[in-house]
Amino acid sequence: MPIISYLAHPQDGKKESLINEISQLSSCEVIPAENKDLLIVVTDTNNKEEDEQLKEKIEALDSLKLLAMVSGFDTPKNN
Amino acid sequence: MYTSLTNRRSFIKKMAAAAAMTAAATMFPGIVFAKEQEAGIPNGNLDWKKGPCRFCGVGCGILVGVENGKAVAVKGDPNSSVNKGLLCVKGYHQTMCIQAKDRLEHALVKKNGTYIKTPLNEALDLVASKMKETIEKHGKDSVAMYTSGQSTIPEGYVASKLMKGAIGTNNLDCNARLCMASAVAGFLTTFGADEPMGCYEDFDYADYYVTWGNNMAEMHPVLFSRMLEQKNKRGAKIIDFATRTSRSSAASDKSILFEPQTDLAVGNAICYEIIKNGWLNKSFVEKHCNLSKGLTNMGYGLEDNYSFTDKPEKINFEEYKAFLEDYTPEKVAKISRVSVKDIKYLASIFGDPNKKVMSLWCMGVNQHTRGTWMNNIIYNIHLLTGKISQPGNGPFSLTGQPSACGTAREVGTFTHKLPKGVVMNPEHRELAAKIWKVPVERIPAKPTYHTTEMFRAVDRGDIKFIWTQVVNPLVSLPRTSRFRPGMEKDSCFVVVSDVFPTPTTDVADVILPASWHIEKSGLYGNSERRTQHWDKMIEGPGETTPDAWMTIQVAKRMGYGDLFPYSEENHVEEIYNEYRQFHEGKKHGMAPLEVLKKESGVIWPYVDGKSTQWRFNAKFDPACSNGEDFHFYGKPDGKAVIWQRPYEPAAESPDNEYPFWLNTGRIIEHWHTGSMTRRIPVLHKAMPHSYVEFHPKDAKALGIRNGEKVKVSSRRGSCVLPASINERGLPTQGQVFVPFFDENMLINDVTLDAFCPISKEPDFKKCAVKIEKA
Ligand code: SF4
Repeated sequence: MPIISYLAHPQDGKKESLINEISQLSSCEVIPAENKDLLIVVTDTNNKEEDEQLKEKIEALDSLKLLAMVSGFDTPKNN
Repeated sequence: MYTSLTNRRSFIKKMAAAAAMTAAATMFPGIVFAKEQEAGIPNGNLDWKKGPCRFCGVGCGILVGVENGKAVAVKGDPNSSVNKGLLCVKGYHQTMCIQAKDRLEHALVKKNGTYIKTPLNEALDLVASKMKETIEKHGKDSVAMYTSGQSTIPEGYVASKLMKGAIGTNNLDCNARLCMASAVAGFLTTFGADEPMGCYEDFDYADYYVTWGNNMAEMHPVLFSRMLEQKNKRGAKIIDFATRTSRSSAASDKSILFEPQTDLAVGNAICYEIIKNGWLNKSFVEKHCNLSKGLTNMGYGLEDNYSFTDKPEKINFEEYKAFLEDYTPEKVAKISRVSVKDIKYLASIFGDPNKKVMSLWCMGVNQHTRGTWMNNIIYNIHLLTGKISQPGNGPFSLTGQPSACGTAREVGTFTHKLPKGVVMNPEHRELAAKIWKVPVERIPAKPTYHTTEMFRAVDRGDIKFIWTQVVNPLVSLPRTSRFRPGMEKDSCFVVVSDVFPTPTTDVADVILPASWHIEKSGLYGNSERRTQHWDKMIEGPGETTPDAWMTIQVAKRMGYGDLFPYSEENHVEEIYNEYRQFHEGKKHGMAPLEVLKKESGVIWPYVDGKSTQWRFNAKFDPACSNGEDFHFYGKPDGKAVIWQRPYEPAAESPDNEYPFWLNTGRIIEHWHTGSMTRRIPVLHKAMPHSYVEFHPKDAKALGIRNGEKVKVSSRRGSCVLPASINERGLPTQGQVFVPFFDENMLINDVTLDAFCPISKEPDFKKCAVKIEKA
């Protein structure tokens, strides 16, 4: 049950589209910075495989410049 | 941010988000995540209660979401003009410390070396009887109280009333002495009235922000984000003038580095250039300014019982001009390591009549053995150019603590202060005696111990009882290597009120369990003269009690009940209404409590239902009465003073044996001595311990690698920390920087207890150290 947070840097001028695109992915929450071109993305998936697939999906977005992981937690299933 | 989380999974998600926010904040100065506040706020009927942030002097408005008696969320108050809904990382997470496992929930009394849980009433009986007995045996100047710029207005007020009005001693000082005393002395010597003339709206109009030794991106993050917003929107420029490259430097338009202590010389060189280039606002200076000089070679207060009184002497403009001849850019460049070009550039910013300039400063200028002079010199620059008391144009002394202005300075919890004015002034004593209903003779006319001297007196055995509130001196004082053994001595009975255990509670004879911020009602006053009220939001655990109420309880037990007729439920309101009488009038009128309850803070002077945003400017300030555009009414003749203040070296400079400057300070994640923020998991995780920053060339010459343990030693003590090279900040060559938040790495064992002779504020920014591998 991995929970991972990332800093997502959008391509120039693509902050809004990156917010929209990531918001549409399931198991993802987006918290955009008010005054900088930067988003926080928190993913919450069922297992490592799902987590990796989701990360690949995010990394494939055209509006994304860079995805940097900040913290990762693996929690037991029932919590 | 979220304190009462039943669902571990959602808690972890929030931790993950918070960790990312903290990381972002350290990478991008001034970054703000407003929407984050709404994300993950628990569903249900949250009751949002307004108040000021617990931490810094910016004084952001917060809304605390309360559910079933628990604080479950914090967000920025969109109605607060200070932060317009934004908060920094400390602000978001503040309530997370309340439920720390080691919270002090009950009184503890030390018996035979062991702390025994004791009913609060019994502990207060003991405190009162000890205080009384000490006074009877050794006189009233044998007892002392040491409070805080984080005390609420009512807490500061009752401490002052107990010490000065009831007992009749001026043995009261506070930790604002360590951060704002030079600012106060600067205001009083130049204007005769404390606190900034402008307000935060200045940010919206200024073309330039010149920051003097001030890392605002980490210390005043929400204000820094306002500056960045104006930089992006209007092209306003940030000029960072400092001794260390910081997060603020990285985000500024220009970073200018100077050799420690030489800001005095550079400031004078700016004045020299202003006059030389004809940028002087002659009519403003002629109409609104006097010129004076004071004593020089004052010393540094290093010896016990040091005393100094300045002797101001009027001078004429030609004399001042002649004095400035020693400060040509060419001469100053040699000592300051600032290029002639940069000095001229700085001067030209102030000299351009079409540009609005704000100067901003905090600890770099104040924690300085010539801190009062440095404040004076910044005012000189603004007075010579007439750039003062107008929207976007003015010197803005920022404050560090959330109520250094509201409590320490306005209520006056310094040894020389009264709620209005100073103990030395008979009229001020008379007013205090009248409002307090005590004989005027009871209030002594002479100040006693300022902070450093107070703890020296404890060490000497002259003070035999001390009560500290909302403060952690054994981490924050300079030269704790002397003061810790001093406080451990049996000669002094030590009472410490606090929320968490600290190195100061470790030496206490009695520990009193204090309520935290939102567990009590209160008022704070921020950097822009804004008074903010909050109502108690949640119950505190165990027998935790507001400090004001504990002071009142002790006063009653000592036989002063008639002076403290307040009720437990309403004491905040009753005390504020009594206190307000001190400031009645157009120059300092405070808003009525009903108004403060409704608004997200109100700026004083509050006159005829309106805040005064720019003091001393007749357009905005109804207290101006000289018929001119400006009126510096703090001085009897209505004129501000341009002070002739020279450059003098620091109390201790690097030499062969101790070849590095030591500079100490703060970082964004931690609030002062870390007693709260180190109990907030996400902040603690982001910065778990202190470190010593090196310039990479120095590190290379010493053979020190990043993360390696090194010993920083001075003539007073030593501290072992990991090295930090090319990480958060970059000190100039020959200088090291250490944050002071970590009680396990006590850098103040190393610092020097030299202070500004006028303000008595210690200099935490300059002493000489040597570096060895540990
Ligand atoms: S800037 Fe200061 S007042 Fe504002 S949220 Fe941060 S710590 Fe609190």
